[in-house]
Amino acid sequence: MAFASKSPWVIHYDASSCNGCDIEVLATLCPGFDGERFGVINTGNPKHADIFLVTGSVNHQNIDVVKEIYDQMLEPKVVVACGICACTGGIFRDCYNVIGGVDKAIPVDVYAPGCAVRPEAIIDAIVEGVAVLDQKSKALKAQKKRGGE
Amino acid sequence: MISILIGTIAFAILAPVVGCLLSGFDRVVSARMQGRVGPPILQPYYDVRKLLEKEHASVNAAEGVYVTCALVFAVLAGGIFFGGGNLLMCVFVITLSSLMFIVAAYSTRSPYAEIGAHRETLQVMAYEPMVLLMAIAFFMATGSFDVNAVLGLDAPIITTAWLAFLGLLYILTIKLRKSPFDLSMSHHAHQEIVRGITTEMSGPTLAKVEIMHWYENVLFLGWIGMFFVWGSPISIALTLVVMVLVYLLEILIDNNFARVKWQLMLKSAWVVALLAGGVNIAVLAFL
Repeated sequence: MAFASKSPWVIHYDASSCNGCDIEVLATLCPGFDGERFGVINTGNPKHADIFLVTGSVNHQNIDVVKEIYDQMLEPKVVVACGICACTGGIFRDCYNVIGGVDKAIPVDVYAPGCAVRPEAIIDAIVEGVAVLDQKSKALKAQKKRGGE
Repeated sequence: MISILIGTIAFAILAPVVGCLLSGFDRVVSARMQGRVGPPILQPYYDVRKLLEKEHASVNAAEGVYVTCALVFAVLAGGIFFGGGNLLMCVFVITLSSLMFIVAAYSTRSPYAEIGAHRETLQVMAYEPMVLLMAIAFFMATGSFDVNAVLGLDAPIITTAWLAFLGLLYILTIKLRKSPFDLSMSHHAHQEIVRGITTEMSGPTLAKVEIMHWYENVLFLGWIGMFFVWGSPISIALTLVVMVLVYLLEILIDNNFARVKWQLMLKSAWVVALLAGGVNIAVLAFL
């Protein structure tokens, strides 16, 4: 059994949006919704995080930041796109400076649409992401074993 | 010597179990204080197991070695204490463990980890005088630096060294890195410049840090308990009750106070050390 699913530590980054989804992400971790029931801890450090919650669309200014945070996270890791802007670019998708959803920069595992995304949807997405995390953890273990032989 | 060896082995095996449950208890009680359900009591164990499963990465080879040294010295300090050994030696070895942890953070050359390391150094400076005065007060109350001397007493040393106990209670918050004195590394979300002293520690290295904290917490509660033990079996039960109460008090403090500036921490800790430790030692000298 993999322990990755029992303690998903999250980091959140607001790419470029109205900030509404970012506030919902923080609301998810507040006492009302109590993400810690599932072992969720909000870390400010990509090196400690397992799940990357991105809100907002990607543009030319922040694409490098999103990639940098993703690169600093250790395997196994999961990316959750929170809100419609992070999923597809949302209402900003036609803007001259917007590249699109987060998947234009880094591989996304779970999409959580909504404007703004509801805390319930974020918790659902995290629980979904946790299953992916488990698979990746098992794959990593198998890879380690093969490397050892 | 044999007792210290047995003490070290027993501490090495039992302390993580107790420390892990204590940490889980801490998180559940904190959650209830904030009106939340909170994580399962074994959450710290899950966290550590997960960290051990993560990919191994480090900015240099030295960091992991220093953290391992910090862990080993923490085990040794606990072994010396619970084996009934020299209290002063226990104090020095646990300080060495703290220093190794600080050096580990400095070795990464990350500006964020360095800020954490600076602050951890300040914390060591803040609590160390009181810890040393506590050891001296212990010597004056029992006539020996050996921890097992308390087992031969007619009355617990809290009766003569209660001022030093209060001083220890004050700096215990700093030692456990609880708010308002969690300057170097906060376990609360987003209170920190990235992640303080553990910024560059990740995966298995961070797991070692967590386990080290379990050992430390058990040892520091042992210091609290030492004040209540005397040559009677009832004292063990009393000690356990006191330790639980003190830990609950620490959780209460943790949840009710915002972080202070380092100036206030340093000054207040030294004033407390001087008043509580100094006066207690002076009184014991005249008794």
